[in-house]
Amino acid sequence: MAGILIGGFYAAVTLGLSVAFGLLEVVNIAHPGFVILGSYMAYVMNRSFGLDPILTGLLFIPVFYGLGVALYRVYYTGFERTGEESLRGLVFFFGVLFIVEVALLLAYGVDYRMVEARYIGQSFHIGMVGIAYRLLIPCIVGLAMTLALHLVLSKTFFGRAIKAVSQDSQALRLMGANPVRIKRIAFGLAIATTSLAGALLILIGPVEPSIGREYIGRVFAIVVLGGMGSIGGTLVASLVLGVVESLTATFYGPTWSLAVSFGILLVVLAVRPSGLFGR
Amino acid sequence: MKKTIPLWVGLGVVLAALVLARLVGNRYVYFAGYVILQYVVLATAWNVLGGYTGYVNFGTAAFFAMGVYTALALSMAVHAPLPLLILAGGLSAGLLGLGIGYLTLRLRGVFFSIATLALSVVLQTVAMNWEYVGGAKGVSIIRPKPMAPFADYAEYLFVVMLVLAVASVMLARWIQNSWIGRGLAAIRDNEEAAECMGVPTLRLKLFATTASGFLMGMSGAPYPYYVGLVEPVSAFSLDYAVNSLAMPMIGGTTTWIGPIVGAFLLGSAQQVATVTISSEVNLLIVGIVLVAFVLLAPQGIVGLVQRLGRRRRA
Repeated sequence: MAGILIGGFYAAVTLGLSVAFGLLEVVNIAHPGFVILGSYMAYVMNRSFGLDPILTGLLFIPVFYGLGVALYRVYYTGFERTGEESLRGLVFFFGVLFIVEVALLLAYGVDYRMVEARYIGQSFHIGMVGIAYRLLIPCIVGLAMTLALHLVLSKTFFGRAIKAVSQDSQALRLMGANPVRIKRIAFGLAIATTSLAGALLILIGPVEPSIGREYIGRVFAIVVLGGMGSIGGTLVASLVLGVVESLTATFYGPTWSLAVSFGILLVVLAVRPSGLFGR
Repeated sequence: MKKTIPLWVGLGVVLAALVLARLVGNRYVYFAGYVILQYVVLATAWNVLGGYTGYVNFGTAAFFAMGVYTALALSMAVHAPLPLLILAGGLSAGLLGLGIGYLTLRLRGVFFSIATLALSVVLQTVAMNWEYVGGAKGVSIIRPKPMAPFADYAEYLFVVMLVLAVASVMLARWIQNSWIGRGLAAIRDNEEAAECMGVPTLRLKLFATTASGFLMGMSGAPYPYYVGLVEPVSAFSLDYAVNSLAMPMIGGTTTWIGPIVGAFLLGSAQQVATVTISSEVNLLIVGIVLVAFVLLAPQGIVGLVQRLGRRRRA
């Protein structure tokens, strides 16, 4: 049960990468770094103004969107335009991840940080089973984000344009649209989701700068498992990973659960790189 | 170039460094020098796979720690001498490299990189749960007594690492200038085309991953004696991955001299920053320098110097 709730939260963390990596083919390995940044924003606002973390997450969406747009601009001029995006771009994002992590470390130290809100620590009962709000709320928000992103991508003109970029940007250019602009906005959107995802992360448990690394394996495992850029696939893969991890934690102890996501990732990459729902 | 030269140059470098370190006479030199030399080995090893072949490895820490833990387990179990530990560490990490090499059959580019990162986390989890070598708490190890010609053990370790560094650079130089290096460069430029032209891509890739892993493992083997306390978080630290990738990138990835330049520049800058400012700031410097170089000078310092030289001649 807890696994499913965690899975919903993983979906929230992964959605952005699913768009950036799955659809735009931008290997944003720094994605978890931005999630942690989102957590710290939630922490800071909570500490100084007593703001609810989820509210902070919503408020900071435009800020993160701007950050994403700026990052894509650098990435595009530096690598994608010259066709050197694959390896150097990867190293670039690795460097960005490292900078975000160390900057947070310098600003807030290595201690675990957490937020306070009324509903944390309370739980909701269905018969015998108690469900903690700190797990339930992230799951619900994660599902809502998934639904919202799915609607944006399939119903709006702009969402279809993003999908078109991922299929054939040359054809899109011939149709009179600017693929670079669309990719920039889509990447901004991808980073924007990390604001909310970060807020959820700090709701679930305390956060310190280097836990972003643990999420690299998880988010990439989910994106690959879900079949690169499929929003529905991302959700299913998140739930699967959440359940498998919590089962491992129950039967073998929590120290092994981290290896599960990376192990799944290794196996999926080696055996079926197109994922569960790949074409 | 004649084949005999590098051996003499290598020996000369070893002697010169020894004399220099003796002259300074401060034990800190050995400690700082050890770290820089260790990064020479790691950066050179990374470059054999990353620079020559074009497969970006994020899992340096995995290979390094493989050497660390192999040496640790052996030294705890049978008190094996250091040279043997280094060989064993190299072999086990080389085997790991061979395994990763088979992964390249299915995984290209980005996916390979992510898989190496995954490998590093999985192995860290294993190390954390392996109680014999201390689990998550780590285990402390007592250094043996210094041997005859060396005043203390730090000096001995320094010399060992010096020899390893020179040996790995010579190996990298040999690879670069032999047919293997040309085959690897062909893989880097276009793997399918290379395969079609009859380059034995799989065998070459396996060679590159194994050699790279072997060197990284060797550099990790003396680590237990260097730090005295081995625990998973620092043995698997992401710093190794970032540094061993940043150094060749800064120095220049296509030649054997690039990683040395990068390792010395970045390594000494880090040592200075650690002492004068703080160890977190030095990591921040690495990150920023890495991003700046990747963006602005993709050929690294060696590439910049070459371009300057060409312009002057023209």
